Amino acid sequence: MALPINIEAIRKDFPILDQQVNGKPLIYFDNAATTQKPQTVIDALNHYYQNDNANIHRGIHALAERATSAYENTRKKIAQFINSPDASQVILTSGTTGGINLVAQTFGRAFIQKGDQLLISNLEHHSNIVPWQMIAAEKGAEIKVIPVLDNGELDLEAYKNLLTEKVKLVAVNHVSNAIGTINPIEEMIQLAHQVGAKILIDGAQSVAHFEIDVQALDIDFLAFSAHKLFGPTGVGVLYGKKDLLESMPPYQGGGEMIKEVSFDGTTYNELPYKFEAGTPNIADVIAFGASFDYLASLPKNIIWEQEKALLDYATNKLQAVDGLRIIGQAKQKIAVISFLIDGIHPQDIGVLLDKYGIAIRTGHHCAQPLMKRFDIVGTCRASFAFYNTVDEIDSFVASLQKVVNMLK
Amino acid sequence: MAASINEIQDSLIEEFELFEDWTDKYEYLIDLGKKLPPMSIENKTEEHVIKGCQSKVWLNAILLNGKVVFEADSEAVIVKGLISMLIRVLSNQSPQDILKTDLYFIDAIGMSQHLAQTRSNGLLAMVKQMKNYALAFSAKV
Repeated sequence: MALPINIEAIRKDFPILDQQVNGKPLIYFDNAATTQKPQTVIDALNHYYQNDNANIHRGIHALAERATSAYENTRKKIAQFINSPDASQVILTSGTTGGINLVAQTFGRAFIQKGDQLLISNLEHHSNIVPWQMIAAEKGAEIKVIPVLDNGELDLEAYKNLLTEKVKLVAVNHVSNAIGTINPIEEMIQLAHQVGAKILIDGAQSVAHFEIDVQALDIDFLAFSAHKLFGPTGVGVLYGKKDLLESMPPYQGGGEMIKEVSFDGTTYNELPYKFEAGTPNIADVIAFGASFDYLASLPKNIIWEQEKALLDYATNKLQAVDGLRIIGQAKQKIAVISFLIDGIHPQDIGVLLDKYGIAIRTGHHCAQPLMKRFDIVGTCRASFAFYNTVDEIDSFVASLQKVVNMLK
Repeated sequence: MAASINEIQDSLIEEFELFEDWTDKYEYLIDLGKKLPPMSIENKTEEHVIKGCQSKVWLNAILLNGKVVFEADSEAVIVKGLISMLIRVLSNQSPQDILKTDLYFIDAIGMSQHLAQTRSNGLLAMVKQMKNYALAFSAKV
């Protein structure tokens, strides 16, 4: 089967892929958990510590200036990547979870009142459930849940019915981490705005696969993580509309987020620094900048086309495995296949595939309400990135059949 | 005189030395898992579930003539195989012997990866819970 690009050349950009695990060539199909990093990102991290390490923003020496400028440069690249009107609307966080908690605690504190409703979906990762439960409990607000259809798509009719004037905020993922469903966020955003609700998009699983234009989509808040976008761990992005971010109180108090501090009172810094208390994760933010350069160096749309080809190929191939059932068959999906095999616990499959050097994920994928919806304890999840190959899928399917034979 | 914990560990290690590769080992483990005697239904309750495992694991113990007798179950067959070995080693031993034992066989048979926290398959949690039972019973012996 022909794929759109020469993958062998691309794979060389990711040094980790070239290794043996348990005596077999590594097949890394856990990209939804975290993506691997190109050499340029690793080099940027090393380069920073070897040459530029300094604390940012207040130093007047050369290193501090270099570090500050590299750090702020990443912010500009992120702004460009998501088409934010201004880099000051890009808040650097610790990850998607950090961004969602920031909105829950600050938007929530300022704008959620007793009797209000928050709308989330049955597809959400725990990180887009628990922060809302916390603020709802504090404020006496109510959480409503958009149901999921049998094929893994959101029930949009139910969503429309749930959207009333009572809803202050909708929080949904763009793409389900557990089963790969791509949600129709454009329509969902418009509908939310029609009743005056704000909407937060958890983009953790989408940003690595296709472009997101926050202005074209009219997104109020977008949160995502660097490590799922070929960047380092410990860095995330929260984008927000300017008027919203300005109207929200600060999150954590500390250095960097202040303008002036006295014991009579403190004035807060402007955006984005108001939400960035303390010394940030400078090195990883700077290395994250290299992810965007790397992505820009790839032919346009190549990621999406390659992954779509891998998804179709694997979905088809897996049909041949005895007793295999795919959970989540939405019409629009990213390259994630969640599956179960009759009479076999997912963990047993994961343990044995690892022996074949194959990394997949097993369990509830931090989406227990979704597992409950499908009345299952968990699934096996293979998630592909554009650096994966058809040969790897062939190997995976063959090993999976062997594993099933062992366990039957 | 019943075999001591270390005698049983040593015989397990000997059995595993016969296996040529990992598939033989795991096939044996799966077989042990499938043959694990079923746990009595009245003991397969939430209170006997070991927390922190990716698959559900149930463990119960009673004190019988000064010896601890374990029974356990899991949803995952490899975990059941691991349980089966632990029961073979630790069941029908005195609480004191269980408490002071070093389970060196796990490493020797190449299963120590299952003790790693990332596995979340509860072998570590299981061993801890078995020792907890032994500790509770040690006061009664």
